[in-house]
Amino acid sequence: MDLWFSELHTPHVKLSIAVDKQLYSGKSDFQQIDVFESPEFGRFLTLDGYMMLTQKDEFIYHEMLAHVPMCVHPNVKKVLVIGAGDGGVVRELTRYDSIEHIDVVEIDEEVVKVAKEYLPFTACGFDDPRVQCHFEDGLKYVRHHEDEYDLILVDSTDPFGPGEGLFTKEFYGNCYTALKEDGIMVNQNESPFYANDARAMQRAHKRIHANFPICRVYQAHIPTYPSGHWLFGFASKKYHPVKDMRASEWKALGIETKYYNTNLHRGAFALPNYVQKLLEAMEELPDNDTTNTLGGDKA
Amino acid sequence: MTGGSKGKVSREFQKNQDRAPIAEALEAYSSERVVPFDVPGHKHGRGNPELTSFLGERTMILDVNSMKPLDNLCHPVSVIKEAEELAADAFGAAAAFFMVGGTTSSVQAMVFTVAARGDKIIVPRNVHRSVINAMVLCGAVPVYVDPGAHETYGIALGMKLSDIEKAIHENPDAKAIFVNNPTYYGICSDLSGIVKLAHAHGMKVVVDEAHGTHLSFSDRLPVSAMEAGADMAAVSMHKSGGSLTQSSFLIIGKEMNPDYVRQIINLTQTTSGSYLFLSSLDLSRKRLALQGKELFDKVIDMAEYARSEINSIGGYYAFGSELVDGNTVFDFDKTKLVIHTLPVGLAGIEVYDLLRDEYDIQMEFGDFGNCLAYLSVGDRIRDLERLVGALGEIRRLFGKDPITSLPSNYIAPIVALSPQEAFYADSEHVAFASAEGRVAAESIMCYPPGIPVLAPGEKITKEVLEYLVYAQEKGCQITGAEDSSLQTLRVVK
Repeated sequence: MDLWFSELHTPHVKLSIAVDKQLYSGKSDFQQIDVFESPEFGRFLTLDGYMMLTQKDEFIYHEMLAHVPMCVHPNVKKVLVIGAGDGGVVRELTRYDSIEHIDVVEIDEEVVKVAKEYLPFTACGFDDPRVQCHFEDGLKYVRHHEDEYDLILVDSTDPFGPGEGLFTKEFYGNCYTALKEDGIMVNQNESPFYANDARAMQRAHKRIHANFPICRVYQAHIPTYPSGHWLFGFASKKYHPVKDMRASEWKALGIETKYYNTNLHRGAFALPNYVQKLLEAMEELPDNDTTNTLGGDKA
Repeated sequence: MTGGSKGKVSREFQKNQDRAPIAEALEAYSSERVVPFDVPGHKHGRGNPELTSFLGERTMILDVNSMKPLDNLCHPVSVIKEAEELAADAFGAAAAFFMVGGTTSSVQAMVFTVAARGDKIIVPRNVHRSVINAMVLCGAVPVYVDPGAHETYGIALGMKLSDIEKAIHENPDAKAIFVNNPTYYGICSDLSGIVKLAHAHGMKVVVDEAHGTHLSFSDRLPVSAMEAGADMAAVSMHKSGGSLTQSSFLIIGKEMNPDYVRQIINLTQTTSGSYLFLSSLDLSRKRLALQGKELFDKVIDMAEYARSEINSIGGYYAFGSELVDGNTVFDFDKTKLVIHTLPVGLAGIEVYDLLRDEYDIQMEFGDFGNCLAYLSVGDRIRDLERLVGALGEIRRLFGKDPITSLPSNYIAPIVALSPQEAFYADSEHVAFASAEGRVAAESIMCYPPGIPVLAPGEKITKEVLEYLVYAQEKGCQITGAEDSSLQTLRVVK
């Protein structure tokens, strides 16, 4: 039998992964949820047919989302994680003893249920007593909180579908308000490579840039995401992601990582020229102009 | 006395509302692969590949003209007739007409049906301009009733029964009463009371239900025109009902002659009615008949949720049923989400612009004190979360000291000429100050409260001129005049 999972990365490019079997398929109130077993990537989760994580490369994404801000902020006690129904980013956060409380806001409870059943390697994060789950729209949750969090991690899906509210200017503004005066927000910032992803990346950057005094972008290599070249946004009220990093203090914690290290942290903020250009274009645009993007067409 | 929605009972349909005869006939036609030697000339899209790729092949194949199996909109005998009967049944009407010229065409047909040249129609002053335009065409004469304006929100309200009674006594020869059910802002007059009063005096009641398609499908909403016993209603199916823009229903009660109404419609309606519009009306009627109650329950719940969230932001006020006073606000359409913005120091139109420019959120309308979100069958809670989130951000980033509302004065108009006579009369521009005593040849609106200060044919009094100066000083938005600075006014020679 020739069984493949395929995802279109653009209308003209697709990635296919051979599948041994489908472990779960179900439709929640919000989306189609599927879990597959594959020879190359192990188990993987898709939502509405889009790849969310694979057993083989999820560590890259989750480590880069969690450890970069944790190496910068000196005193993270209360964290808000938005999205992240698979639990991977929570797993990384629970490795810090200094964190006292983690609120996870996931719109779709089914995703957490499915993850607990089929993706124990990420869902193990939910077992920690410091973690509290809230099943509601992140946009709604965050606007009811003010001056409360040291760190907000936005582990969103895509700028379309149930997660689209997490790419909006009002959401980033509400996150700003929910953070303490030295708070940091890190978000999944799409990819610079294919035109559609690049536009989403630009829009997100523009909106975050409009809300935060410090706004930088860093990168990682994630093989199963479109083009493999993925970006994260680092937005902060006070700390610079590189100048204020506390490399030796972080190393002293003795947290063992597979992808992240403090040298890589520094390097991740060094971006290719074309990416810099796409981002800078957004920083210069008048605030209400989202139409004239460079779009990455020539990328 | 409170609003009428409490006493509503759900209706049983007489016909099988699962059918959609026009859509079914189109489906059959498209599968027959008929060779088209008729119009439209794009011939299933083949003649216009760019348009076909833009709109989609399916759309082009369904864009056909009247033919034997598809009936004819001007004289329906088969599938359109059946579809009209189903629509009548769905709305509890004696007959229904598929309209393809927007609800404006339905409003025109109502005016043309009830009034000929020189006949009077009692109308609220905040009537839609399509009504006055229809009067320009047919020569009917308006008798205005003051709808009043809300002190805080500055919106026009509904007509008092006592004011209508007075208008009837002063104009016993009036042919009909025109009612908005509801207004843009969701305000309803006592329609059942008006119908009783009108019928007792031999007058018809015609209803602009452009913003009230959904009233017929929920027992949690104000009474609909047909439920109240009105004689005609223009129903904007494309607004809250989900059909394509420009499609509309005209529905009539049992006292009206449907054949005469059809003749009136055919005076101005195209003989090439779009089957895209017709099928969209047909399928939307089916959906509302079968699922309307459940769909509008959701819309009401979403609106109530949004109101409570918006009101917890602080500053803004999204008003609801608490406005109902049994008089000028006889009832309120709970699907309407109107947000009063002055307490956050921003005009409604400013919030409208900020939502659009900064947050990619398109509102329906913004006036001086309010902005309006139009909720319907296609809305989602997650989009409302964005609206609420953005409103909070706008208050944080752009909020100022509260603005107080503008007081509004109702000036009873003096109709010197019919709108038709004034419109076609020779006219001239005269200096603002010397316009007193002349007859206006143009209309002038003032926001707030969105009520005309002058309409064509009305006497320009000292009071009118003083009010315009005052409103301009107060920063009201004044529209409609050819010379928007108001240095001159256009008057009848």
